[in-house]
Amino acid sequence: MARTLKLRIWRGNAESGALQDVTVNANDGEVVLDVIHRVQAEQMNDLAVRWNCKAGKCGSCSMEINGKPRLACMTQVGSFEPEETITVTPLRAFPVIKDLVTDVSFNYKKAMEVPAFEPPVGMKPGEPRMQQIDVERSQEFRKCIECFLCQDTCHVIRDHEENKKSFAGPRFFIRIAELDMHPLDILRNRKKTAQEEHGLGMCNITKCCTEVCPEHIRITDNAIIPMKERVVDEKYDPLRWLGSVIRKREGIL
Amino acid sequence: MSTSLERHKYDVVIVGAGGAGLRAAVEAREAGLKVAILCKSLFGKAHTVMAEGGAAASMGNANSNDNWMVHFRDTMRGGKFLNHYRMAELHAKESPDRIWELEMWGALFDRTKEGKISQRNFGGHEYPRLAHVGDRTGLELIRTMQQRIVALQQKDKRDHGDAESFIKVFAEFTVTEVLKENGKVAGVYGYYRENGHEALFEAPAVILATGGVGKTFKITSNSWEGTGDGHALALKAGGNLVDMEFLQFHPTGMVWPPSVRGILVTESVRGEGGILTNSLGERFMFKYIPDVFKDKYADNEAEADRWYTDQDNNRRPPELLPRDEVARAINSEVKAGRGTEHGGVFLDVSKRLSAEVIKKRLPSMWHQFYELAGVDITKEAMEVGPTCHYVMGGVEVEPDTAAAVGVPGLFAAGECAGGMHGSNRLGGNSLSDLLVFGRRAGMGAAAYVKQTTATPVSEATVAAAAKKVEAPFTRTGGENPYALHQELQEVTHNLVGIIRTKKELQEAIDKIADLRTRIANVTVTGDRTFNPGFHLSFDLDNMLLIAESTAKSAIVREESRGGHTRDDFPGMNAEWRQKNNISSFNGSEVVVRQQKLPELTKELFDLFDVHELEKYMTPAEISKGGSN
Repeated sequence: MARTLKLRIWRGNAESGALQDVTVNANDGEVVLDVIHRVQAEQMNDLAVRWNCKAGKCGSCSMEINGKPRLACMTQVGSFEPEETITVTPLRAFPVIKDLVTDVSFNYKKAMEVPAFEPPVGMKPGEPRMQQIDVERSQEFRKCIECFLCQDTCHVIRDHEENKKSFAGPRFFIRIAELDMHPLDILRNRKKTAQEEHGLGMCNITKCCTEVCPEHIRITDNAIIPMKERVVDEKYDPLRWLGSVIRKREGIL
Repeated sequence: MSTSLERHKYDVVIVGAGGAGLRAAVEAREAGLKVAILCKSLFGKAHTVMAEGGAAASMGNANSNDNWMVHFRDTMRGGKFLNHYRMAELHAKESPDRIWELEMWGALFDRTKEGKISQRNFGGHEYPRLAHVGDRTGLELIRTMQQRIVALQQKDKRDHGDAESFIKVFAEFTVTEVLKENGKVAGVYGYYRENGHEALFEAPAVILATGGVGKTFKITSNSWEGTGDGHALALKAGGNLVDMEFLQFHPTGMVWPPSVRGILVTESVRGEGGILTNSLGERFMFKYIPDVFKDKYADNEAEADRWYTDQDNNRRPPELLPRDEVARAINSEVKAGRGTEHGGVFLDVSKRLSAEVIKKRLPSMWHQFYELAGVDITKEAMEVGPTCHYVMGGVEVEPDTAAAVGVPGLFAAGECAGGMHGSNRLGGNSLSDLLVFGRRAGMGAAAYVKQTTATPVSEATVAAAAKKVEAPFTRTGGENPYALHQELQEVTHNLVGIIRTKKELQEAIDKIADLRTRIANVTVTGDRTFNPGFHLSFDLDNMLLIAESTAKSAIVREESRGGHTRDDFPGMNAEWRQKNNISSFNGSEVVVRQQKLPELTKELFDLFDVHELEKYMTPAEISKGGSN
């Protein structure tokens, strides 16, 4: 059944902007992205919104819906009260380009800082043998669709531009954890660099990232906490400390 | 204008950052080339992420009888022997190596008990052959290659001080034109979607890896990006498209709610045991097994069910017929009034697998139906129907190098290249296709660049390209691009859809000609900053060429084969099997001519039972027995 919906859309650019009210028809079963597209086709031809697959698989249509970081393609219009005004705004943690589109290049810069996967020297294609149970831990993190909602919601950078330099964010903590738990990766010290170079210590495990993850990846419980625990174990274990001093910390941790 | 224009020089420019484009980039970089990757969306968002089922490669991990020859035969059968044999041969031979090398770049496929890469069943494949990661294999592929590119950039930073010294990704960039000088490729022109700023890329080689054309159609599994850009860029640069009449309507798209109509329901649901029933509860696929497949598919439920546990002594269930057969069957059931409430049929996996297994093997399907349709597939059936999914037709290329025929310096790989899949693609063969031919395009471009000299782009060429970009803003009084796009989709959906007739195709051709004049006059509001109306005005021009090429190829092919079904010519015609429809663009319209399909070599001919080939080939071809 078609109904009329009240939508409040943030429109503007890097310099300024404001919320604009529109009314638009919505059909049964539609998602927020559908009604935004209808507004775009019928009322605001130049309304900027980023999207691709419209099936929750690519992570492009990230925005804030009534203040919550969400994928517009996976947010049912029917999940709101009939009289409720739905407010859509761009991701707050990233600079606005136009309307609902933000500059997420921060994330690509951080991706570049995580050392790449490194297979055992001399291993040839086709040789790896791994058990399903051993790949599953990393597979959970490889479900990530890079929607960056976890980055957006993380309070370490959400309102603290100054922290961005030294904080990679939840998306890249799961990337580091994925490589750390990867059965074939031989690069050592991943946990230690997570702590010392990527700002793992700044996370105080409020689990906001886990809550917004559309793939339901248990970012905090399965990636961040295990890494923090092991970093702490290793740092404060006197025997390990002594060993690391003796062996000049080379590749031990 | 030209003094302030952003200018770049590269050895190769890759248009498109899906699987094929990224694989080409890796190869070209490793061959020492300076590579620009231009992608229409953000890095890592390309349509490859939507591929669910897996990548076909005859590694033989699940059944040791598998090898490249079996895969080759399956691919040719699936394509109804209209495939370019050499592409199918290269693909079958090289895909295992392409999968194994992904593992060395960090990919984590699901495993067999022995710890090897697990392989699953899929329609048209004789053995379990698809390497997979649950039902998100495409995401794994694209992420692995994205991360491989980052790894190469990190190495370049260590070796050369600048991560982007050899590979640079230009995100959210639209290419409007492939530029030529003296008959050879000299670069590309385009603009940043973010701000509308234009840029010139000078390069002796350009690889098109732009994917599909689904957005030309109303119900499609493709995202907004599938607007046939590479197909159109090639046509406008003087290249050819081969067999554009062949479109794959994937049999199982979601049909309800309306907003998700067309979104893909992976074939793995059937591979894992899902069955198709109509509103009467009949498992109808048994009625639709074509003669050419009767010896390979079970004609009764008992045998079909036994196949899941004993594949050596039973024939396969008919739900796993090639996609074109299943799509037509569903279409027929719905037309006969045996469809569901929302115009589909039922697909049910809940009766065969436990809830736990379904969630493990088909996690994103469970998620997609639960969140978007409110359906729990561990308990209920899904409603599904055909959706425009894949274009078999594409840029005519040399199989070994992926070089576009007739345009020196132009290459094409992945979905935007034609020939590999013949008249119908098997599931799982597109992910392996883009790895095999993405790599070959990278190699082909590297070899070409080393033996040619770059030609600078002339100022006149630049000025002409700039004028075309500016045009939508300078026109007045034209129509809104969104409305025109919808109208084009209605024409293709109603008149160039799954079942075609001469009368309707002619009507489509006439309507497309009318749309051409109106699209040429389209007017855009707003400014250049991230303006979707502006972007659509270029996409529309591309989609129009696709629609025209499809309709004009479809009207001349007077037979039904794979992804082209003519109501007025229902059977296959062995004479038409020997012909490719070649589309070219004369500056004002698409022209279609016929060209002889390359003949199977004797060595490949002999891989088949001659009685099977008799179903497809003329007596003269059979007695010749392949070319030498």
